[in-house]
Amino acid sequence: MAAIVEIVEVSKSYRRGSYLLPVLTDISLVIEAGAFLALMGPSGSGKTTLLNLIAGLDQADEGVIRVGGVDITSLSESELAAWRAGHVGFIFQFYNLIPVLTAFENVELPLMLSGLSKKDRQEHAAMALGLVNLQDRMAHYPGQLSGGQQQRVAIARAVVTDPTILVADEPTGDLDRGSAEEVLALMERLSGDLGKTIIMVTHDPRAARKARSMKYLDKGVLADAPQITISECL
Amino acid sequence: MLLRLLFRNAFRHKLRTALTVCGMAVAVLAFCLLRTVIAAWYAGVAASSANRLITRNAISLVFSLPLSYKDRIRGVEGVKTVSYGNWFGAYYVEQKNFFANFAVEPRTYMELYPEYIILPEQREAFYRDRKGCVVGRKLAKRFSWRVNDTVTLIGTIFPGNWEFVVRGIYDGRDDTIDDTQFFFHWDYLNETLKLTVARRADQVGFYIVGLSDPNRAAATAAAIDAVFKNSFAETLTETERAFQMGFVSMSEAILTAIRLVSLVIIVIIMAVVANTMAMSVRERLGEYVVFKTLGFRGRYLAGMILGESLLITGLGGVLGILLTFPAAEGFRRAVGTWFPVFRVEPETIYLAIAATLVVGVVAAVLPVWHVTTVRIAEGLRRIG
Amino acid sequence: MGLLFAYSFRNLLTRRLTTFLTATGMALVVFVFASMLMLADGLEKTLVETGSFDNVVVTRRSSGSEVQSGIDRLQAAIVETQPEVAIGLNGRSLLAKELVVLIVLQKRGTDAPANVVIRGISENSLALRPQVRLAAGRMPRPGSSEIVVGESVAKRFKGVEFGATMFFAMRTWTVVGIFDAGNTGFTSEIWGDVDQFMPAFRRPVYSSVIFRLRNSSEFDTLKARIESDPRLTLEARRETSYYRDQSKAMAKFLSILGLSLTIIFSVGAVVGAMITMYAAVGNRTTEIGTLRSLGFQRRTILFAFLLESLILGVIGGCAGLFFAAFLQFFTVSTTNFQTFSELAFSFTLTPTTVGKGLAFSLLMGFVGGVLPAFKASRLNIVEALRSV
Repeated sequence: MAAIVEIVEVSKSYRRGSYLLPVLTDISLVIEAGAFLALMGPSGSGKTTLLNLIAGLDQADEGVIRVGGVDITSLSESELAAWRAGHVGFIFQFYNLIPVLTAFENVELPLMLSGLSKKDRQEHAAMALGLVNLQDRMAHYPGQLSGGQQQRVAIARAVVTDPTILVADEPTGDLDRGSAEEVLALMERLSGDLGKTIIMVTHDPRAARKARSMKYLDKGVLADAPQITISECL
Repeated sequence: MLLRLLFRNAFRHKLRTALTVCGMAVAVLAFCLLRTVIAAWYAGVAASSANRLITRNAISLVFSLPLSYKDRIRGVEGVKTVSYGNWFGAYYVEQKNFFANFAVEPRTYMELYPEYIILPEQREAFYRDRKGCVVGRKLAKRFSWRVNDTVTLIGTIFPGNWEFVVRGIYDGRDDTIDDTQFFFHWDYLNETLKLTVARRADQVGFYIVGLSDPNRAAATAAAIDAVFKNSFAETLTETERAFQMGFVSMSEAILTAIRLVSLVIIVIIMAVVANTMAMSVRERLGEYVVFKTLGFRGRYLAGMILGESLLITGLGGVLGILLTFPAAEGFRRAVGTWFPVFRVEPETIYLAIAATLVVGVVAAVLPVWHVTTVRIAEGLRRIG
Repeated sequence: MGLLFAYSFRNLLTRRLTTFLTATGMALVVFVFASMLMLADGLEKTLVETGSFDNVVVTRRSSGSEVQSGIDRLQAAIVETQPEVAIGLNGRSLLAKELVVLIVLQKRGTDAPANVVIRGISENSLALRPQVRLAAGRMPRPGSSEIVVGESVAKRFKGVEFGATMFFAMRTWTVVGIFDAGNTGFTSEIWGDVDQFMPAFRRPVYSSVIFRLRNSSEFDTLKARIESDPRLTLEARRETSYYRDQSKAMAKFLSILGLSLTIIFSVGAVVGAMITMYAAVGNRTTEIGTLRSLGFQRRTILFAFLLESLILGVIGGCAGLFFAAFLQFFTVSTTNFQTFSELAFSFTLTPTTVGKGLAFSLLMGFVGGVLPAFKASRLNIVEALRSV
């Protein structure tokens, strides 16, 4: 399988007041096309930071990140924005739908950046909503939808541009059990049937189980299994 | 502790607070400026004396009275002094250099207007020189006139070039008195007229009557008018105050509009500050609820919000009041020729302070109500 | 980009109270701005319409207005012989010698006194003023104690209705007609026979001489001759210039007052708009982060918020102009500083004023929204997403 994401010796620090807090130190990782990766670890370990770097929402201090062959660390800010539009689908913990747009318009939104004609845009949006089974709720505003329904609209929005990678930050974090099951089943299908590459940060063991591979991030260090120290056992 | 909270809360959102203070300052500035403009209109009225009556032709100011009336007026009971004069209406060099100039009977006029303070030797020099004139200090400064300068005015009502010598400069007793006036000998005008346009001579524009008993003003005025009723130049005598009010009431429409606008400003700024307070409190609702859980009573919370609101309006109000003075000065420079007395009255400042307090209180009403009635559980749900 | 507009517009609708308050602030500014322009235009219109371009007004030199002027019979006769004077239908010069004085009348309702212009007219006076026509009754008979009253005077003052008798200058006069002078200054005047007024008011001289030019281009020649004649101390002006000069001080005062108020108010409105827009940005920080993560550029965010502020401005501007338009039903009557007499004029709304009002409201929307919009566009994506 071809590598779709290559992370090479990436470091990132945050400035807190007067001193520098290192979050990621010399991280290297290869993710293959069609992978369904769960990124886990204690809070503050840098999982979300790594996710943000892969999705092009933030810039690394050192190192190189290649997604779909493109070195995104060398792109300028506006080039990065344009790249994001076509290559990344992001799923947030709190859905982050635009409250003043209907479900349909929310899904159509990323296509505004694609240069497609209005007719094509609306076709694609309808298709994406069909994929998540919400065709009958197209004209509703987010305020009129349940949490689970909102997240499904968000997923439709994430896939409508047929992106290179799908990135999810705690997708089931705000959902009840039933809705979480629905959303995870959807993501399974996206990965299994449609071969989408999904990178998911999660605390939820149910979500992790749906993934096909796992990585652990602790104190800025990546590992295949969780690091447990003696003192934590006791 | 409360004070510390107030300050920190108010400045939590520095930009928003700064903007609200700015808006309040602007509103207070506008309010004070408008009231000052209205006061300037009434300046003549404010400076008028209850001891003086003005007698003029009953038809309108455009018509004159004969000089012979002087002695008959003096004969009326209650009259102590009689002076007279004409509105001269000349200008200096250019027509736009407008100021009040009068031909007056010098000794009686100075006696009736003790509020014009002038050095005794200047006064004497003025009496002695028939071509002499006395000018107000502000007017002298405007055209850089000094004592003993020769000044030529161009007449409009009485055409020609009129030469005068500045014999004295007067100061107003206080800053409510108009010190932009110019007056000269009535005899100079009259003698010149006798030689050039004789039929216009021995005509007086107005008589000024000094009362022996100010309480009998109305009766004395009526008595004077009765003397000349049914003669060919009937008179209208009224207190100086009523006379000045006559001028003001001619511009009533504009004054009413200005008064209305100054009130509307206050209402609008009330809305803006109320909006700000409502926004701030809504955002911090969870925090206020935490205070409640800790045991603080509604009164304390009300005090916090009210205090914050008053702090913001207070800062804005003070800033606005401070800015009023330079702004009034600027305005005076622009329209000062039409309003000789342009000052910010103490009453305006008091009203501005009152308005500031009212706005601060009103803006706090809804947020206080909201915070004191919200249920703890509902409020806590909003956090995080 | 329809979606962008829908986004901005709908966000305004969501926070209705705030939008309403902010737009009201802007509407108020535009209202004051527009009404000042309308007042100045109305004043100008009244005074300009009051004169005819082809009429000449002769007054005494540097007298300012007719009230202060005096022209004796000899000088008036000399003016009458000037060749540039047009010949009327009756074969005689289309020229009128008039007397203008002020009397004090009581206003209806408020009882406040005001100066009203009384004009002694001669037979050609009405012909010289095509803007004036009789609305009721008839013109005064020469040699009688009859007067006609302008519509504005009849409306605003006591004791001057059709058929009323007035007493002034030791004589009784009867109102035999009302004349309609449209928007001109004449509507605030009372007219009567000059040969009756002169002895009654004991004025042996005229105030002004007014005549029609036989050929409009001859004005300059005429003016030069009259003003250089050593027998005369007169000046000649076109009637339109004469009336324009009367309003200079008034117009200047109104425009200074209006400008100061507009500036002060607009600062307040812009402050209100800024507070609103900053709050909008603050409340939608996560949303901004989401849009950026979807790939929208910084400038798109900037534009969206700026658009919101501009729409706010336009709503306010339209509302302000709408209400200002109603002012056209009102007439203002006040005393003209320069002529010292009563003047009535109305508000006039011109397309230019509408344009200026809208442009101004857009400017306010822009100034109020530009800084918050910049802030929105400069937000860091990750921090924006992290905020709640």
